[in-house]
Amino acid sequence: MRLTGLAVAAAALLGVSGPAMAGATLDAVKERGAVRCGVNSGLAGFSIADSQGRWTGLDVDVCRAIAAAVVEDAEKVEWVPLSAQQRFTALQSGEVDVLSRNTTWTLTRDASLGLHFTVITFYDGQGFMVPANLGVDSAKDLSGAEVCVQSGTTTELNLADYFRANGMEFKPVVFESFEESKTAFFNGRCQVYTTDRSGLASLRASDAPNPKDYVILPEAISKEPLGPAVRRGDDEWFSIVKWVIYATIEAEEYGVTQANVDELKANSENPVVQRLLGVSGEMGKLLGLDNEWAYRVIKQVGNYGEIYDRNVGPDTPIGLDRGMNDLWTRGGLMYAMPIR
Amino acid sequence: MRSDGPSRGGFVQPAAVQPPRRVPLWRNPTARAVAFQAVAIAVLLVLAVYLVSTTIANLEQRGIRSGFDFLENEAGFRIGETLIPYSPSDSYARAFLVGLLNTIHVSALGIVLATIIGILVGIARLSRNWLIARLASAFVETVRNIPLLLQLFFWYAAITGLLPAVRDAVAVLPGIYLSKSGLMFPVVKLGNAFPFVAIALLLGIVAAFAFRTWAKRRQDRTGERTPVLLVGTGLIVGFPIVAWLVSGAPLELDVPEKGRFTYSGGSSVTPEFLALLLGLTIYTSGFIAEIVRSGILAVPWGQTEAARALGLRQGRILRLVVLPQALRVIVPPLTSQYLNLTKNSSLAVAIGYPDLVSVANTSLNQTGQAIECISIMMAIYLTLSLSTSAFMNWYNRRVALVER
Ligand SMILES: N[C@@H](CCC(=O)N[C@@H](CS)C(=O)NCC(=O)O)C(=O)O
Repeated sequence: MRLTGLAVAAAALLGVSGPAMAGATLDAVKERGAVRCGVNSGLAGFSIADSQGRWTGLDVDVCRAIAAAVVEDAEKVEWVPLSAQQRFTALQSGEVDVLSRNTTWTLTRDASLGLHFTVITFYDGQGFMVPANLGVDSAKDLSGAEVCVQSGTTTELNLADYFRANGMEFKPVVFESFEESKTAFFNGRCQVYTTDRSGLASLRASDAPNPKDYVILPEAISKEPLGPAVRRGDDEWFSIVKWVIYATIEAEEYGVTQANVDELKANSENPVVQRLLGVSGEMGKLLGLDNEWAYRVIKQVGNYGEIYDRNVGPDTPIGLDRGMNDLWTRGGLMYAMPIR
Repeated sequence: MRSDGPSRGGFVQPAAVQPPRRVPLWRNPTARAVAFQAVAIAVLLVLAVYLVSTTIANLEQRGIRSGFDFLENEAGFRIGETLIPYSPSDSYARAFLVGLLNTIHVSALGIVLATIIGILVGIARLSRNWLIARLASAFVETVRNIPLLLQLFFWYAAITGLLPAVRDAVAVLPGIYLSKSGLMFPVVKLGNAFPFVAIALLLGIVAAFAFRTWAKRRQDRTGERTPVLLVGTGLIVGFPIVAWLVSGAPLELDVPEKGRFTYSGGSSVTPEFLALLLGLTIYTSGFIAEIVRSGILAVPWGQTEAARALGLRQGRILRLVVLPQALRVIVPPLTSQYLNLTKNSSLAVAIGYPDLVSVANTSLNQTGQAIECISIMMAIYLTLSLSTSAFMNWYNRRVALVER
């Protein structure tokens, strides 16, 4: 909104948070005793607060993992719900330490918004959802449709690209608020809704009056690598966020789970597992943390597979197969840089 | 300087009687005032330079791009409603222009409609008919006291909630369809007769005005009245029709036709535009009604009585005697209502109408250049407001001359 823009302007003018200096974020987080995390205001499976105000979701668990590593308690997170429009401003102005909110890594964002993407936590692509009774079964049939879309997203651009590339016509109905765009679609204002396919699955499962009335078309029209981003200028914090996520992936690669982490810590002979859990080596120290950082992440939050399955996996209402998000050893794209 | 005025409090001020001496510069009020102004301006300038340079330095340090070059880049997004041709391969600058025109479009229509409704309701509030007066005040109180944003949501929800889906659009009249996707209607395509008809229309309007002036002079001279409205309308309608007939009477009706998803062909008004126009018009008309009412009440009752004594009919009294005098009171506050309406049109973003703010916000988000986009928006709204004010001030001076 205009207000966020003004906030950026004001923050920039007054130099409120000053340019981030190496180590400043880690110190601030430790002093505060909590990680300030920018999340989606409501996207089931990724980031949503239940009636008790407890946040759940894949993006949310990433924040918990960071908190577990840095302030030793996965619950020590201050949640800052952000709309698509507000997110970058919030990160730029120092309102959040990390932005973990289904945000696509693109060149423009990486190079011109003063932020760094860390690691992809969810490989996605943009898709279309239509009412089942329209009888559409391919995105190629959508010429002439009215499409509801939220502004300030990569979605808006991909949509234009896709229709242009395929010589098809469409009419966008663009909303600034997620709420309004959902309502408009479910009210029948548009025949098509478009966003990341994970977002569609979430909408269909938790926002549609009756999920069976809607179908998600098979095409993925773009690449949407989603992952947390941090402010530029603080390399130490950048590394921490990166390696916390790698730790969850490496834990899955080596079969370290929430359930067996204590036992493995005590008995594992595998040097990789020993290094990961801080039994040997100085991995944590190198990051400016203690050596149990990754142990706490696995113990309190779980490995990547556990995080995935619990929030968006096949057994949840969202019901997404691992697909691209499976480990590289099983044909997916999840691959942790070696922790050594 | 105050020497020949009455002395205050009965004291004679000694300084006043002494012969004027050359006062030192710092005691001279004019010089002092100038100096203060100069200092104030200098401080402001320094502050501005400081803010701008800090901002630029901060942005650079954080690796945030700045500058206005982005305006020439390809925008890459589509805009749902455009008055001029626009495609995603056009520049951000053109996208802004599309948004600006959409803002002007809805504001201009809103101003005209709100004025008409406002005048009618304002007069109705003063009606001697109890029911009409009460209905009018109920209307005014309701629309003025509910926040505009809520009213917009209301109209938008009403349109998209209550109307049938576009597949089951209702034909209000043959060829005119109403649905959640808006109002679809046929348009007449004049083909190559169009320029002639347009010119004829302009000529018709000019002729009608000329006729009105002539009729007025004649009435002043001879007292005879001419049916100005009838002849004027005849001229405005007649000229284009003749032009159309002369150019071979081409007629092609472009009727909306049902496609797979929506209708194609013809023309349409979207629910977003409709809801915004309704909301702005109705909300503002409440305020205008009050302004009109107070304007009319400001004209002394004696004027009406005098007009009655001359034997004028009620409608004429209002039109010839009361309204011209009331206008002097009405125009200044009316101006600020017009400005409000224009600025309020920025609430369009809430219901998905692609006005200037919506386009600027999208650009802001795609480029991350908040400061630039917001400055552009502010500059444009400022220009719009100042131009509206300038026009209304000019008009105000014109009606002010009516005073005798
Ligand atoms: N991945 C895309 C889209 C992300 C996005 O914001 N999606 C929407 C629709 S699922 C959303 O989460 N909106 C929530 C909000 O703005 O509150 C991006 O980074 O631009």
